[in-house]
Amino acid sequence: MTDDVNVSGSLRNRLALILTGGAAVLAAILFVVVRALATQVAQQGQDNILNASMSSILDTAIIRDGSVTLDFPYSSLSMLGTTADDRVFYAVYENGSLLSGYDTLQSPTAPTPDQTEFTSTTFNGDPIRMATGMRTLIGADGPRTVSVSIAQTQDALSDTLNTISRNVALIGLGFFVLSSALALWAASSTSGQLHRLTRSVTRRGPQDLSPVTKAVPSEMGPLVGSLNTFMSRLDHTLTQSEDFIAEAAHRIRTPLATVRSHAEATLQRVEHADNRAALQSMVRAIDESSRAAGQLLDHAMVTFRAENLETEDVDLVELLRELVQRMTPVADMKDITLTLKSDSPAVLSGDAILLQNALRNLIDNALKYAPAETAVVIDVSATPTVNISVLDGGPGFAPDEIATLSGRFVRGKDTGNKVGSGLGLTIAKEVTTAHGGTMSLHNRPEGGACVTLHF
Amino acid sequence: MRYLALLALCLAPLIAKAQDWEDQKMFGAENADTILRILSSTDTSFFAPIIDDFIAANPAVSVEYLVTGTADLNKIFRETPDDFDVVISSAMDLQLKLANDGFAARLLDVSHPDWAQWHDSLFAFTSEPAAIVVNRSALGDLPIPNTRQDLIQLMRDNPDRFQSKVGTYDVRQSGLGYLFATQDARASETFWRLTEVMGRINARLYCCSGQMIDDLISGELIMAYNVLGSYAQVRAQASNDILVILPSEFPTTMMRTVLASSTASDPLVAEDFVRHLLTLQAVGDPARFPLPPLSATEANEGQTTIALNPALMTYLDQMKRAAFIREWEDAIVQDE
Repeated sequence: MTDDVNVSGSLRNRLALILTGGAAVLAAILFVVVRALATQVAQQGQDNILNASMSSILDTAIIRDGSVTLDFPYSSLSMLGTTADDRVFYAVYENGSLLSGYDTLQSPTAPTPDQTEFTSTTFNGDPIRMATGMRTLIGADGPRTVSVSIAQTQDALSDTLNTISRNVALIGLGFFVLSSALALWAASSTSGQLHRLTRSVTRRGPQDLSPVTKAVPSEMGPLVGSLNTFMSRLDHTLTQSEDFIAEAAHRIRTPLATVRSHAEATLQRVEHADNRAALQSMVRAIDESSRAAGQLLDHAMVTFRAENLETEDVDLVELLRELVQRMTPVADMKDITLTLKSDSPAVLSGDAILLQNALRNLIDNALKYAPAETAVVIDVSATPTVNISVLDGGPGFAPDEIATLSGRFVRGKDTGNKVGSGLGLTIAKEVTTAHGGTMSLHNRPEGGACVTLHF
Repeated sequence: MRYLALLALCLAPLIAKAQDWEDQKMFGAENADTILRILSSTDTSFFAPIIDDFIAANPAVSVEYLVTGTADLNKIFRETPDDFDVVISSAMDLQLKLANDGFAARLLDVSHPDWAQWHDSLFAFTSEPAAIVVNRSALGDLPIPNTRQDLIQLMRDNPDRFQSKVGTYDVRQSGLGYLFATQDARASETFWRLTEVMGRINARLYCCSGQMIDDLISGELIMAYNVLGSYAQVRAQASNDILVILPSEFPTTMMRTVLASSTASDPLVAEDFVRHLLTLQAVGDPARFPLPPLSATEANEGQTTIALNPALMTYLDQMKRAAFIREWEDAIVQDE
């Protein structure tokens, strides 16, 4: 069915894609933000220690005997010990000239008093973080500025950041996987509603045009509403056209009967061979039309009754016996023996009128196509399920037509001049289907056609 | 380029010869492909078995072992780092500063206790306490000092007996002496009193443990303070007079350290040697590793092992060092 529908994309896939894509973006944002925060916090930690170390050195600056000296404690550098054994560099400057430490380490910016300057730079090719502070000492010969820079490599910091990054990446990944699972679940549960509606519509019988009464989510309400409206409109139109056909057939049949009786009466009186032939073919045409009208009526009736099936226990054997009895004269006229074979009563819960109509059509067909001096056998068996076969000694079905013969107004190609509307098998099939059975057509190995109804 | 390197390799020993080494010895085949040059402050006798073991495992390598004092060693290596592949010294502070200043190669994935290595480049492989060493017969009937306090008391009570008969490191010359002195000073005020007392009795100053022990054995010294216990122990076995005492209040324990030069001519061989040395230390077979291995725990029986920490650089600061030396001179050098 969907082959004919213009399909573009999938709601479920689109929903899942949007949700998982969103989750991926969120996970990436989470990673970036947390890492940035962690970097900031870790850098803050290192800066604090560098600042403490620098201050503890700077605090010891005094002027002794006219020159600036610093006697900084052991702890100034020992506090810079890290798990990654980061390397430490420092420099003490007085008015821009080196007092002590590494002469190549110099703060890129001029330090300001009482404010620690933090810079990220490189020393001998290694990235370092440097804290620089400055103090002004008042000596006998005027103010003297002492600046202390203390720098540390960033191995421990990057180790910490790598650990954090790894953990955050794992958390992000977990978040993504979880969100994706939720997204898939959400997507399939949403599309599941659509599937359920599709299934309930697909499972309907071909004639079922009743509205969908199952509860559906509000978003699907309008769709189901329009579907229901559409179906009721379709139902209405169908009913109208069936009614119209039945009415039309009925209205045609009565005048046709009148015309036929007039034609018959005229035939009695006409002597001339040409005129008789003309009248005879007229009667034939009238018969054909009348039969078609009858079958149209039958079909309309079958459609109506099948939709509102009223069931009672029907003994098919009994029903068939009556039919056979009624049709034996027709068979005799064509020198066909019509026999009913049954071993036990075959009781079926169904509509007797419909069943009778269906079986009559089958027998009618058999009698129509069977040549003279042959037998039409109706075989009924009740176990394990009810099976009725109508067998004849006719030419059988054309093998390539078996699949399509039961369609409306479909007739075999080599039916010759037999009167028929193409509705007989359709009626039989629709009745069988309405009773929950199937109809199969096949040719008998010894010749002749066989129609079997399985209930 | 290769010829230049070869030329440098041939000339290197000539240049080195100009240096006044305490000891200098070649190990291994004369015509070996690679010559590993080890700059060390440790006596050759301690390292010969270790080097022999290394050469047995690497026959293609010969080793030149060059011995000098710790301060000298630091100076030489800083001036010509390209000439040496491995540096071994007992002056932890100087070694740590070398590593800090980028002279040491980083050796990754060395299985070594964390507290005995720094920055994957400086590795400690011995635990050696600084000891008071006494010549028992020269001491006579005087009580044997067990603490620094005992030592001070003994010298105060018998100034004439000990006049010029006590030895210690000249911290201006010896890197290890400076390390011991600064760590002592950091730990207790006793150090300054002891130094002052030693100054009053005109204590003799030495550049190296070896000479101090020689003078102890000859009886020229009665006592020596802050001598390397490991050296003294070996000599004590030869002479019954020598007694090695670890100050019971807090023995300062030093760890001998090794580093592979970051500019080693053959970095892989230098690295191999360091790994080999650390492996021998871990095994601890006295025949193959005659030095005292690392103590099992960081702080063994109250011994204060000097930690490998950037703080070791504190007393190497130019101003700190100048101030410390000045104070030390004021205390010990009284007749100048």
